[in-house]
Amino acid sequence: MKYVDEFRDGDTARTLAKVIRAEVDPERNYRLMEFCGGHTHAIFRFGIVDLMPDNIRFIHGPGCPVCVLPAGRIEAAIRLVEEEGVILCTYADLMRVPAGKRDSLQKSKARGGDIRMIYSPTDALNLARENREKQVVFFAIGFETTTPPTAAAIKIARAENLSNFSVFCNHVETPPAMMHILSAGEAKIDGILGPSHVSTIIGSNAYADCCDKYRVPLVIAGFEPLDVIQSVLMLVRQINAGVARVENQYTRAVSESGNEKAKALMSELFEQRPLFEWRGLGVLPESAVQIRSEFADFDAEKRFEMKEIATADIKGCICPAVLRGMNNPDECKLFGTACTPEDPKGACMVSSEGACAAYYSYGRYRTAEAKA
Amino acid sequence: MCLAVPARVVELSGDAAIVDLDGIRKETSTVLLDEVAVGDYVLIHVGYALERIDPVEAAKTLKLFDELKAMDAES
Repeated sequence: MKYVDEFRDGDTARTLAKVIRAEVDPERNYRLMEFCGGHTHAIFRFGIVDLMPDNIRFIHGPGCPVCVLPAGRIEAAIRLVEEEGVILCTYADLMRVPAGKRDSLQKSKARGGDIRMIYSPTDALNLARENREKQVVFFAIGFETTTPPTAAAIKIARAENLSNFSVFCNHVETPPAMMHILSAGEAKIDGILGPSHVSTIIGSNAYADCCDKYRVPLVIAGFEPLDVIQSVLMLVRQINAGVARVENQYTRAVSESGNEKAKALMSELFEQRPLFEWRGLGVLPESAVQIRSEFADFDAEKRFEMKEIATADIKGCICPAVLRGMNNPDECKLFGTACTPEDPKGACMVSSEGACAAYYSYGRYRTAEAKA
Repeated sequence: MCLAVPARVVELSGDAAIVDLDGIRKETSTVLLDEVAVGDYVLIHVGYALERIDPVEAAKTLKLFDELKAMDAES
């Protein structure tokens, strides 16, 4: 596949890794946080972690929307299905995320709840068109990559007067989460691998404050293995030179200002939410968006007067610490025993891009060998 | 979640396009793009084209890899 295969060449990967090994300072450690779950998976799936010198450590970030969604939001969605009788549409990843009391959307569906897995917000619009007698709610999650398509769907719904369609908005924002992790200072971070596709929308300039304020270098990296390895090299060079600026490795898709049309659409439909709870990070100010009052007719939280539900996480699960970059998944007592992708206890094991799922899918034997 | 795949635009009509993804044809919205032409490669995410892939920039990145390999071969 064009723009995929050429960025997966093994020989080039080995050469790049050799350059990195030659340039790292053996006297120091390089703790690099990959913000995105997509990068976590690339690092494990393509064996990048094995190509790196020992003093380069990857710290896994919170860039997995399913992982950071608090259980209470899922419980609220289940109530919509079971008490309001809506058709709930959502991306497949959310189906198995544990809600409170060992419940999940999948279990609600098994009890007869009308929950549909969709590929695109367009599918949710189609369901609303085909089921005019029913309320259709799109359970929207995701970072800035996924927010513009939701905005586009709401606009279409308004244009068509699709009055049985609404959105349960859980869209979150990348820079505030990044700032939070850096300001908390719990995970010592020497450099950040910045998001690929979030950045196509928000642009590289969006991270300037992060770099300036916390003096940490950031390289926006594509998701293919060569992109990731080259970005590591760029970070090593910045760290060695003692500079902290935003660099862009993924120039084929990311510009300084991002996608202006998508940004304009987002700000037309959404406004900043004063407070939003993140699993693991707690309640963060101005870190998520909500539907503007002009479009309140399409806001499920308003239409159904949804209430905040507080839910405790599963006992023993260290997802919150993993999401803050403080622990690796294999340090969790439940990892690989009580908690597996087949029967997940924590959200990071559910999502195909959660750090625990990456360790389990690609690294559990390596980890076991290293410990033996 | 934020994964997006590169696909080639093969047909355009209004804000919709048919893209070819390694032989698979799929309908995609182009409402988030200002300009798009048949033959462009775009990044597809949840049924929407997020951005065009700049072939010149992609070639520059690949050239950089080649240069590193050449340097490595010499040393």
